[in-house]
Amino acid sequence: MDRRKFLTRVAALGCSAAASPLVTPVALAQAPWETRLVVIILRGAMDGLDVFRPIGDPDYARLRPTLRQGTMDLTGFFGMNAALSPLMPLWQAGELGAAHAVSTPYRDKRSHFDGQDILEAGRPGLIGSSNDGWLNRMLQTIPGITGETAFAIGRDQQLIMTGDAPAARWSPEAELTLSPQAERLLALVHEADPMFKNASAQAIEIAQSIVMTAASDAEGAEMMMADPMMAAVNTNKEHVQLAEFAAARLRGDTRIASFSVSGWDTHLNQKGGIQNALRRLSDTILTLRAGLGPVWNNTAVLCLTEFGRTAAENGTKGTDHGTGGAMIYGGGALNGGRVLGDWPGLAEADLYNRRDLMPTRDVRAYPAWVMHDLLGISRRAIESSIFPGLEMGSNPGIVA
Amino acid sequence: MRFDPTLAAVRFGSGLSPIIGPPDNTDAILAEIDDVFAFAIPGYSDADPSISDYQQASMTRTKARGTDQAEATEQAFREVRQAANRVYDQALRSSLARHVGAQIGFKPRLSAFFADHFTVKSRGGPQRHLVTPFVEDAVTPHLNGYFSAMLRAVITHPMMLLYLQQFQSVGPTSTVGKRRNRGINENLARELLELHTLGVDGVYAQADVRELAELLTGLTYNGQRGFFYDERFAEPGAETVLGITYDAADGLDNILHAIDDLAVHPQTARHIAGKIAAAFVADTPDVGLVDAMTAAFVATDGFLPSVYAAMLDHPASWHADLLKIKSPQRFIMSAMRALGVTGDQVDQASGRNTRALFVTPLRVMGQPWERPNGPDGWPEDSTDWISPQGMAGRISWAMTAPRILVQNRLPDPRDFVQTALGSLAGQDVIFAASAAEVRDEGVGVVLASPAFQRS
Repeated sequence: MDRRKFLTRVAALGCSAAASPLVTPVALAQAPWETRLVVIILRGAMDGLDVFRPIGDPDYARLRPTLRQGTMDLTGFFGMNAALSPLMPLWQAGELGAAHAVSTPYRDKRSHFDGQDILEAGRPGLIGSSNDGWLNRMLQTIPGITGETAFAIGRDQQLIMTGDAPAARWSPEAELTLSPQAERLLALVHEADPMFKNASAQAIEIAQSIVMTAASDAEGAEMMMADPMMAAVNTNKEHVQLAEFAAARLRGDTRIASFSVSGWDTHLNQKGGIQNALRRLSDTILTLRAGLGPVWNNTAVLCLTEFGRTAAENGTKGTDHGTGGAMIYGGGALNGGRVLGDWPGLAEADLYNRRDLMPTRDVRAYPAWVMHDLLGISRRAIESSIFPGLEMGSNPGIVA
Repeated sequence: MRFDPTLAAVRFGSGLSPIIGPPDNTDAILAEIDDVFAFAIPGYSDADPSISDYQQASMTRTKARGTDQAEATEQAFREVRQAANRVYDQALRSSLARHVGAQIGFKPRLSAFFADHFTVKSRGGPQRHLVTPFVEDAVTPHLNGYFSAMLRAVITHPMMLLYLQQFQSVGPTSTVGKRRNRGINENLARELLELHTLGVDGVYAQADVRELAELLTGLTYNGQRGFFYDERFAEPGAETVLGITYDAADGLDNILHAIDDLAVHPQTARHIAGKIAAAFVADTPDVGLVDAMTAAFVATDGFLPSVYAAMLDHPASWHADLLKIKSPQRFIMSAMRALGVTGDQVDQASGRNTRALFVTPLRVMGQPWERPNGPDGWPEDSTDWISPQGMAGRISWAMTAPRILVQNRLPDPRDFVQTALGSLAGQDVIFAASAAEVRDEGVGVVLASPAFQRS
């Protein structure tokens, strides 16, 4: 690299517009609590039945004639897809679990688009132009949050973090190479315009702080390298870099992060497709765990998808859009090593519309209890504004 | 202050250009709205594939799974999908090309404004390429006509019926409603009042939303025929909206009457006038300006050219301060224009450049193509566009895209500052352009300057 060029890989991060970020110092913010919450959206509708497999259900084998190979027994009744074998040590340590037979309130049309909107909005249905997300509404209930408390990471627009509360956004595509001269000239032309001056100064400052974090955070890097579980993780992949970035932020002032892992729409030859997606997910979780180090013990990771898939395999060794599915969770702050939820059974009469796994609980109840038990958010705030229309019901004991 | 050619090009057009001169007067700006757009974009019924072509190919493929036809139908579906993607990419390029190659750019800006006012988003693969065709059908032909005509075209367009789910709305006591136990979806009725006409502060109540929703039942579409009225879905009986009763016996006519009544409502006049002024002149426009535009709307029953004329003739539209921040789309289009890129070049950009220069940068800057968050469209306030990530996206594009666009023939930054900014160039930008070490950075600093990013 040309020495005179200071190559800044600007990890430009942005603050959500409505939050008037221009007067908020981005660094040096005091976080309101120590616990970390990471929400991963599994876009495309993960087949919960193929990830946490109900091997003890008498109808399972009949419904899934070709999608049963490669199961690791977990509880006798449930087994785990062998593609998640890198996460087996986490299950055994109580740092990985699932909630089964869950869904959002969305029913019947089974559109990814609407399903994801409802999942991220956290509302009972699609309501006109209300376009804020439940993580943002949660932030709105907490005094003292700053621009870096919450981070939406990745190239997709994340409705879940959108809204009136300040939330930062970072896209791996936002890169910027600036020579020192270009940086000076930009500062010169932006000098008289406070809006531009602040925004570009922040972009450059954050970019450099991220570069510096990467360079000087030897502790973090060592932590990652030293972790034997990272041996099989390909750190060049984009999803791993997202998770690394998330971990680096969460080691600092960030307390809430969200991003997406896609590729779950397995209509055809699901075995290979879901293996790839599960590999991405396990890499992501292992990277978070390794990157967070001791902070992992205070961390909750929730992996949510828009809906489940059909109980039966289709004619092409895949599954179609369904209703009930599973939420995967992890982190030292949660009570893993078990599959939560009431199992509805897979007999034809037990299915939703004689087709899909019957949801026995609103999936929102689990993040609701995590927010309640881990972050101390009141039941009233959750049921009235964060998840309108939700009845939290009894405590599932997801928080350790 | 009165008319100024540079301000006219920047505030009401696509910006300054080294190959097309700025307008001489407001009549020239107004005259552009009668021009026919270059760079043809197909309408909904001409777009190939249609929704039903796409769905049929998809269904055929699904049915053939596991048979000896599986591979052939998979291939056929892939071709349909690729054809749809080509329509989508070309529509994006043609839309941008209309701004870049326009004589002035006022008409394409109006087209973008009303497309956003009547935001439609795709709800999936079969319709992803049909959003721009919706604009071409329902918005573009009415830019120089009556707001009511545009409103009729928009509300009865298949893409709007799909996006706001009107096609699923069934009168509970209609023929279909009684048989299938289905009901009303209020989505379109609510947005018609809240976003499209009266505005969120309008005089309507929930009862008006409900009655209008019942009135709108029967508006539907199918993949072959496009829009049609199906009385089997229509809720029987009279509906009262804003105190006016519409008799359901009239079928589609009563719906169109209600649309016309909403289109000329005084609150609609003010809502539309205020939004146009906010889009072109200032986030918070001068009250006298909005009053004049509202009066023109009311006096002409919503004849849009009279509203534009009221804006262009008002002194409050010609202040020297640059109060607006260009949206990412406007920034990119005006930058290409300033670089002397032609509409043809934009229209014929490669797929690779379409992604590298338009699709990805617009996403980074916060304005992914045809993907605003909701039916309320893109934000108008300057503060919504200038975030650190958005700035990084703009600076990055300014520093790197021009070289690709002009095929390595970058202008001398000292000349470019004059071409791009004219009389708006301040001493700071002129100095910065001359002090750059390399052309890319000189051109980039000019494009990233507030003088260029504002209008």
